[in-house]
Amino acid sequence: MATPASQMLTANRLPDGQVLYWRGGEWVLELADGEVFTDPKSADAALAAAARFVEKNEVVATYLFDVRVVAGRIVPVKEREIIRAAGPSVRPDLGKQAAHVQV
Amino acid sequence: MYRYDEFDAAMVADRVAQFRYQVERRLAGALSEDEFKPLRLKNGLYLQLHSYMLRIAIPYGTLSAQQLRKFAYIARTYDRGYGHFTTRQNLQFHWPRLVDVPDILAELASVEMHCIQTSGNCIRNVTADQFAGAIAGEIEDPRILSEIVRQWSTFHPEFSYLPRKFKIAVSGTTHDRAAVKFHDIGIEIIKNDAGETGYRVFVGGGMGRTPYVGLEIGRFVAPEDILAYLEACMRVYNEYGRRDNIYKARVKILAHQLGADEFRRQAELEFAEIKKAGTLQLPERELARIAAYFAPPEFENLPEESPEFDAALANRDFANWAKTNLTPHRAKGYAIATISLKAIGATPGDASADQMDALAQLMDDFGYEEIRVTHEQNLVLPHVKKRDLPVIFARLKMLDLATANAGLITDIICCPGLDYCDLANARSIPIAQAIQQRFADLERQHELGELKIKMSGCINACGHHHAGHIGILGVDKKGVEFYQIQLGGSGAEDASVGEIMGPGFGKDEIVDAIERVVDAYLKLRMDGERLLDTYRRVGMAPFKNMVYQEQLHAAY
Repeated sequence: MATPASQMLTANRLPDGQVLYWRGGEWVLELADGEVFTDPKSADAALAAAARFVEKNEVVATYLFDVRVVAGRIVPVKEREIIRAAGPSVRPDLGKQAAHVQV
Repeated sequence: MYRYDEFDAAMVADRVAQFRYQVERRLAGALSEDEFKPLRLKNGLYLQLHSYMLRIAIPYGTLSAQQLRKFAYIARTYDRGYGHFTTRQNLQFHWPRLVDVPDILAELASVEMHCIQTSGNCIRNVTADQFAGAIAGEIEDPRILSEIVRQWSTFHPEFSYLPRKFKIAVSGTTHDRAAVKFHDIGIEIIKNDAGETGYRVFVGGGMGRTPYVGLEIGRFVAPEDILAYLEACMRVYNEYGRRDNIYKARVKILAHQLGADEFRRQAELEFAEIKKAGTLQLPERELARIAAYFAPPEFENLPEESPEFDAALANRDFANWAKTNLTPHRAKGYAIATISLKAIGATPGDASADQMDALAQLMDDFGYEEIRVTHEQNLVLPHVKKRDLPVIFARLKMLDLATANAGLITDIICCPGLDYCDLANARSIPIAQAIQQRFADLERQHELGELKIKMSGCINACGHHHAGHIGILGVDKKGVEFYQIQLGGSGAEDASVGEIMGPGFGKDEIVDAIERVVDAYLKLRMDGERLLDTYRRVGMAPFKNMVYQEQLHAAY
C-alpha cells in the first residue's frame, strides 16, 4: 500500500514567470527547498496565506500538488510536477535542472 | 513579399505602446491577473509549465532574412537561444520574462512582425501552402487571399469575441499541403469549367476533442465576393455558435449539427444581405495591388537540366536529400528545397539562434527574398536554382539542417507536450525522438515511403494526431504517461480522421508498438501502397491483430 500523498504549494513569479515553491510564508526556487504539508489543513492554510502574494502582484497561479517523500527526497506524484520542478526532460541544459538561479 | 503600409505600421506600433502600458500597470498592481490575462493573450503571451511563452505570428508562413535574424537576436537576448516553429506556421519562444515582452514586441515591430491573432477567440493568423508561388500547377498564390483575409480579420470588431478561436487556411493547388479541411474555414482555390478562378469554401473542419473533416459550403465563390462570403459564414457562427460550453463552441460543432445544406442556406441568406448592401466587394485594383506584393521573383531562363546538380547526385547523401527534400518548381532549372527541422534525435520544429542566423546569411548570399515555415514544422527555400543546390546542401549540412527525411517516418509533427505545455497530459518530444532513433536507417525509411506520424501530448491536438497516417495521442492514466495509436488519418486532399486502434501503450512500449504497426504494413502492403493506402484497403483488424497479438506473445 502506497503512503498517502503529502502536498506542496507552488506559483509563478509575476515579472519573469519563474516557478516558485512555498516555504514558511515565503517563496523559494527549488522544489527540494519547499515545505511539505502532511495534512490537508496546513496545506489549505498555506494556500490561503499565499493569496497575500497574489494581491501584492508578486506571484500568479498558486496551487497545491501531491508529493511523496521517498528516502528523504521529495518526489511529485504527477509527471507534470516532476518536469515543472526540473525543466524540459529533453533539454537538461534548461530550467531549474540546468543551474541554480539567484532569487 | 508583403510590406506594411502606413495603416499596418501604425496599428502595430500602437499595439506595442498599449501593451507596454498594460504591463506597467500589471506590475504596479493597477491591473489584476484576471484583468491582465485577456490582454496578454491578445498579444500571444501565455503562462506555460515553466514560464511565459510568446507566440509570434508568421502570416502564411513567409519570412524574410531580416525577420529570421530578428528571431535569432530575440532568442539570444531575451530567451534561451532557440525558437520553436509550430503547426500553425508560427514561432514560439518558451522562456521570455514578462518585463521584457514589450521590448520584444518593439523589436518585432521593427521588422513588421507582431503577436496579434495568435491567441484568443478571434480569427487567428491565416496559414497557407508553403510552396505558394513556386509549385507547378498552382492556380493562384494562396498568400494573396490570405493577406486580404488578414487585413479584413485583424481587429474586426464583430469577430473579436467569437464563441471560440477561429482558424483559416488557404491552398492554391489540388494537392493540399495546408490541411484546409481541418480548419474552421478552409479555402481551396479552384477553376471552374469556364476557366475562371474562384474559391471553394469548407467550413467546420477541426481536430481536438471532436475531430471533423470540413463540409463543402461554398462550391464556387467569385473572387470579388470572397470576403462577403466569409463574413456571412462568420455571422452564422457568431450568432448560433454555442457559448455555454467550451467543448461545443467551435464552428465544427455547429456546422455538423446543422449539416452542410442548412449551414449553406443560412450563410447564403447572410451573403445576400451583405451583397445587397454592396459592401465587402473586393475592387479589382486593390486585388491587383496586393497581388503585386506576391509576384514571384524574376526567374532566369535556365535549362531544366543542370550539370552541377547531376554531378552532385553521385554523392549518396546529396542524392538521398534530393530524393525527399526537393519538389519540382514551376520554373525550369529551379527546385523547391525543404529544410528539415527533424534531425534524428532533435526536437521537431526547434531551430537555434545560430541556425536562424546562418540561414538568413545563406538567403542573403544567394539573394533569396523569402523562407517559408510549413505546418509540418519544417522550413522551405521556395526558389532555388538547381545548379546551386549542391552548395546549398553542403551549407545546410554544416548547420545540421540537411536531414533527408521530408515526408518520411522520421519527419514527425510533434507538439511541445508535457515538456513545456501547461495543458499537456504526456510528453511528446521524447517519444518522437525515440521513434526517429528506431527508424534512423535511411534505407529503411525510403523502403517505407511517405509515412506521416503526428503526435499530440493532449486531446487538443496541436500535433494533428487525428490527421496522421499514424497518429499518437498522449494521455494521463493516473499520473502516468500513456499513448494511444490511431491509424488512417490524412491532412491532405484525401482528408480523413484517424481511428483509435485500441488500448494505449506505456512510454516504454509505444516505440515497439509503432514498429509493429510498420511491420504489419510491410506484410500487408501491395505494390505502390503507402501505409495510409494499405490501411484504407484492409481496415483496422489486421493491423490490430498483429500489433496486439505480438504484444501478447512478448508478455509470456
